[in-house]
Amino acid sequence: MQSLYPPIVNGKAVYDLDSQKYIRVWQGPQHPGVTGNMSLELDICGDQVIKCNTHVGYLHRGFEKLMERRRYINCFPIVCRICVPEPDTNEYLFAAGMEELMGVQIPEKAMWLRALNLELSRLASFLMHLGGQSGAFGMGTVAQWTIAYRDYVLDLFEELTGARIYHMYMTPGGVRGDIPEGWIAHTHKVLDGASKLLDEIKHVMLNNAIFKQRAIGLGVITPEMVDHYGIVGPNARCAGLKRDVRKDNPYLIYDQLDFEVETETAGDAYSRTCIRWRETHQSIDLCRQILAKMPPSGAVHITLPNVLHLKIPAGQTYVRAESTRGEYGYFMVSDGSEFPRKVTVRGPSYSHAMALLEDLLVGVNIADVAGLMVSLHTYPPEIER
Amino acid sequence: MSDIEIKDNPDIKSELQTPPEPGYSEWRKDENTLYNDGLPEEEKDWFCDARPQKARKSVQVIENFLNWARSQSLWILAFGTGCGAIELRPLVTSRYDISRLGMQPRPTPRQANLIMIGGYVSIKTLKRIVRSYEQMQGPKFVVAVCSCAINGGMYWDSYNTVKRIDEYIPVDVYVTGCMPRPEAVLAGFNKLKELIKAGKAEGQNLYIERFDWYKENQKKVIKDWNMPDYNW
Amino acid sequence: METLYKELKQYFDVDEFSVQKASLAFLRVPKSQLVSLLTHMKDIRGYTHLVMVTCVDYLEQDSFLLTYLLHNYSTHCDLGIQVSISRQNPVMDGIHHLWEQGRVYQRELFEMFGIDFPGSPDVHEPMILEGWQGPPPMRRDFDTKAYSEATYSHRPRDHREPEEYMKQQLYPED
Repeated sequence: MQSLYPPIVNGKAVYDLDSQKYIRVWQGPQHPGVTGNMSLELDICGDQVIKCNTHVGYLHRGFEKLMERRRYINCFPIVCRICVPEPDTNEYLFAAGMEELMGVQIPEKAMWLRALNLELSRLASFLMHLGGQSGAFGMGTVAQWTIAYRDYVLDLFEELTGARIYHMYMTPGGVRGDIPEGWIAHTHKVLDGASKLLDEIKHVMLNNAIFKQRAIGLGVITPEMVDHYGIVGPNARCAGLKRDVRKDNPYLIYDQLDFEVETETAGDAYSRTCIRWRETHQSIDLCRQILAKMPPSGAVHITLPNVLHLKIPAGQTYVRAESTRGEYGYFMVSDGSEFPRKVTVRGPSYSHAMALLEDLLVGVNIADVAGLMVSLHTYPPEIER
Repeated sequence: MSDIEIKDNPDIKSELQTPPEPGYSEWRKDENTLYNDGLPEEEKDWFCDARPQKARKSVQVIENFLNWARSQSLWILAFGTGCGAIELRPLVTSRYDISRLGMQPRPTPRQANLIMIGGYVSIKTLKRIVRSYEQMQGPKFVVAVCSCAINGGMYWDSYNTVKRIDEYIPVDVYVTGCMPRPEAVLAGFNKLKELIKAGKAEGQNLYIERFDWYKENQKKVIKDWNMPDYNW
Repeated sequence: METLYKELKQYFDVDEFSVQKASLAFLRVPKSQLVSLLTHMKDIRGYTHLVMVTCVDYLEQDSFLLTYLLHNYSTHCDLGIQVSISRQNPVMDGIHHLWEQGRVYQRELFEMFGIDFPGSPDVHEPMILEGWQGPPPMRRDFDTKAYSEATYSHRPRDHREPEEYMKQQLYPED
């Protein structure tokens, strides 16, 4: 049987596709096992992947070009469209970059509200991911639970911001509005339900023998790989590295909150799922802390000059925040005009879905490709923008 | 192709009786044949080059019954073409529960008869949408969700997204909004059901009627056309 | 960050040093010294994380400004290393041997700006745009609006002003 597998020369498998021992199959873009709209070109031998090429670009809209010809305030509706499950990180980063270049400080209440919004969107995104992870391993039940429960978090957003998916809440200079009446009680109810749901997920998913058997040892990330591939977020933390932007470079009010960076040492798909499960708990806890510590009243935004003619002083900056997938960053260059010179988005999936996935998939059984891909929590629109 | 059509067409009948010989490709070059110019020469024989035919209508009573049956079993192709796909997932869960409408997502175009265009369509995705749409079994329907599929939305000046999807595939129902709520998508599906029951969701036949126009539009924007003209 | 700049000044021709905030600084380096500076930063200074590579098109100065942003996980500082290359013949040395993800950035830069990285794997293969025949789209002189109007047909617009129209609909007697 050994002779079936191709010889390895210089770290690359050498084989002839016409020899009929190897098949090239495409997974995606129209495939339930790929996250979002991207595709994998897999060369397989038997049921084992020997080479993988990822193809992205199905969602390319040219954001960075479009932003060059829009005023700063007109960029706001389009930045949140870069990441659909978690748009608030984009809104926050664009607003933070603008505020930093303008040199304005937002009121304290607005900072707390922004952090609350970011944590709630992390919670929603994690719930969606946990469902997808179990669905990729054949357990649709957890996906039904979590995605149905995510709707209650979206209801909170709707009550607070007026929109379910794209909130456009964090405008430059603060946030759009204060908390409506009765919202905090509603939030506590949703958070309590979420932590109850997470305990059930632990029983059904993390303690499940089949899930364990398939996920343990799948797609191991070692600490040496982390810097080489530029891995960030939970994917780096599963290799035992304590890297969290909220602790390392605290933004907003995260230095006043009490939380620990979750790490694991195994580095496989199971430990990544465990980290994400614990971070969902962490997000719930942080939401409660923010609600308890938030100043009850105060201004939520400052008055900016007419935003349609807003000119931002020349300069360049890089702002980052922790999203569910890791470090999210915006590099903004202003040349002193009404239009941004350049806005570059550093999505965390950029390094995960291209270089890392191509190497991790080699040797993986084709049935586990979807599970491994979901466990990296990639999201294609961040890659191609 | 059913038996009746073969009997009606003497050319095809005679060719089926005598198996084709090496010179067989000549008889197919008539007006019912596609040229498949985008394919390399050695791949042309791998693909069917017949032109799609319009669906035949039966007696009105039977057609009404068939339309009722079609409207009760819409299976969605699970192809997340854009942002709108994120509202498809809550639709399947207990809160909105489209199973009660006889709808469910299917992983392959062969099992689906409804494609949901979720938002903006880049050129690279358009090629896959055309391919998936043509591979679906008829009768098939298209629902375009989000404003980007209708008029380009906020990407009206983008170089990589098409501005109106109805020039490339026929659309039966539009759902506006960015992003439309799940209730709006459900209302769109209900509207589609009404149209099907009334016999007005004729997008598939429209596509075949104006096939050359659609193909011309598609090939105008998809610069590297390397698939057959109709993906059977 | 100033001490780091002074130390780097002894080995490299770095200039145009600017501090944006306490944890972020930018400096300019000549094109020939970029890879050696990046290697120095990665192996000796602890700037092991390549955050991103991006390019700004300065059409009026006829140059591309490439920015390599590095992050140090022990001091939590960022350093943006910038290099200006000619717009007429944009060729740059690759960094794919230092960071695996460098090759992805280089593929994107070639596709979006037309900057060539000789020796980088798959750099000339289309990554995002498929069947693209126009100029590199992120360049400043590419007009996306004109291209979009010439290539795609737009749905005819409703020219009624929303405010006037709603006034007529709701309060016709006013």
